[in-house]
Amino acid sequence: MKFKLKKSYAEDLKLFEYRSDMAWYGAIVLFLFLFPLWAGNYWTYNLTLAGVYCIAALGLNILTGYTGQISLGHAAFLAIGAYTVAFMTSVLGWSFWLALPLAGVNSALIGLVVGLPALRLTGIYLAIATMGFAFIVEQIILEWPAVTGGANGLVVNRPAIGSWSLNSDASYYYLVLIVVILFVLLTKNIFRTPPGRALVAVRDSEVAAQTMGIPLAKVKTQAFAISAFYTGIAGGLFAPLINFIGPDNFTIIESINLIVMIIVGGAASIHGSIFGAIFITLLSELIRVGKDALPAFLQQQVGFQGAVYGLIIMLFILFEPMGIYGRYLKIKYLFEVFPMYRKDTFRRERKFQKTQRTR
Amino acid sequence: MALLEVTELSKKFGGVQALWEVSLEVKKGEVHALIGPNGAGKTTLFNCISGIYRPEKGSVRFKGEDITRKAPHRIPQLGIARTFQNLELFRNATVLDNIMLGRYMHKKTTFFSEALFLPKARKQEVQSRGKVEEIIDFLDLQPYRDRRIAELPFGIQKCVELARALTLDPELVLLDEPSSGLNPEESQDLCFWIEDIKEELEITVLLVEHDMRVVSEVCDSVTAFDFGAVIARGTPKEVQQHPDVIRAYLGEEEEDAAASA
Repeated sequence: MKFKLKKSYAEDLKLFEYRSDMAWYGAIVLFLFLFPLWAGNYWTYNLTLAGVYCIAALGLNILTGYTGQISLGHAAFLAIGAYTVAFMTSVLGWSFWLALPLAGVNSALIGLVVGLPALRLTGIYLAIATMGFAFIVEQIILEWPAVTGGANGLVVNRPAIGSWSLNSDASYYYLVLIVVILFVLLTKNIFRTPPGRALVAVRDSEVAAQTMGIPLAKVKTQAFAISAFYTGIAGGLFAPLINFIGPDNFTIIESINLIVMIIVGGAASIHGSIFGAIFITLLSELIRVGKDALPAFLQQQVGFQGAVYGLIIMLFILFEPMGIYGRYLKIKYLFEVFPMYRKDTFRRERKFQKTQRTR
Repeated sequence: MALLEVTELSKKFGGVQALWEVSLEVKKGEVHALIGPNGAGKTTLFNCISGIYRPEKGSVRFKGEDITRKAPHRIPQLGIARTFQNLELFRNATVLDNIMLGRYMHKKTTFFSEALFLPKARKQEVQSRGKVEEIIDFLDLQPYRDRRIAELPFGIQKCVELARALTLDPELVLLDEPSSGLNPEESQDLCFWIEDIKEELEITVLLVEHDMRVVSEVCDSVTAFDFGAVIARGTPKEVQQHPDVIRAYLGEEEEDAAASA
């Protein structure tokens, strides 16, 4: 086991507790930067997609994992971000570098409005309300062809820096990678300062949060806005990546996809969002490719992918509610305390859901 | 002038009159206890003071300002902290994170500087931590700093909740049954702490308490409740000997009951 003698409060605020952590994360970042050099376009493209979903999953995790407000409508924010960029660059001809931040802001403003009913709704009712919101957005996309291209969709070109276009998969990969790193740092900062603590407080006990002087209404709408901002940016990066967006890209399945990511990865953790996004993106690719090897009746089965997702969610909730990251922490702990590991160290505490405890 | 002034407060739940024209004065610098049998309305009074319930009638004044209809999150900002009978801690967070939340409302930085972790935000975090460590030292919580609440024994959890309330830097702290669930040793510690809160931190204390030993040891004045109304007030000794209080706790003697029938 590692022990560290801390000599000032500032040491607790460091990004990395140990030198070795810094080395490991540095190595991962270095690996990611070198990845396109040897991986080829196919894997680079898939990892870029995973990176886009990382940002969206971080956003959803802030809302659902950290603040405890369930959203089944996050595909709508993804759509708003994607269509904002698509409309501004393809229809209005604006620069992508202006359109991307605006995609986030636009999404955040709409998130603020969607957050208002969240002040009165909780749990399953909030899930239904957000799902309703996603359906509304889907319909608006279909019925407003002047802006969205309706059912025909919109073509979105990759951005350019000056005369250097990010047309190649590798160059766009680097753009997404940098944005992901920025958003991971942003999330880290939010959760090591008061606003993040306030979000977690609202999740764990609303009454106690109020007696700490935390304004519930403000913090909840803030959570929605932040989450929508992240997801909007993800959408803004998503559109040029796949070059063409239509209403089909942002269905309810996409919302569920995001939920699966944070459950499988690990709710209320940054690592979990990243693990989940990568795992699910690669899994859906694997299902697509692996389907050829399956018997014909399974290949033609509609909703095969959805069934696999459902199975994965069930297995995770039953056996590892903390997700991949939770499992990772356990394994790490096992090695740290090696001979002293006790079997019931991680036995789950029997209790009611938090939301039932405090009203 | 009294620090906290409750005037003819009434609160009803359906057909139950939880509080009936309750008046109460808490002077600055004293330790004031509310006693009374279960269901007497003590916690309801706390909830009315801290803005969680809206009373139908009457007013609560703090430092002369009417706070009766203020939102719950405004109350601590005015200087009233509280703890709960059944603990309302953030169970999945560490002790340190729980107590750090007490500094939330004192923050002066904007969301922008926090999200970018500008030097201002860093400095503020270090300052908050300093303040939190003072309270941790005060309540001897050092060994538990990085432990999750869910894995701590009940007595420590109560202590963490008290620490969190004190970190708000309040002028008045409301303690809802601070000694319930504590063993004799822990409740003795609690007595010392309450005295220190009064003497060293100069915070006025209003507490609900069933343990008469704690009450007579630390309290300057006592108000006794029964069925939502005040039945006696005075020093701990006076109240304990008050016939109405004895009747409320022990019931009427049989001759009395027979005589009144």
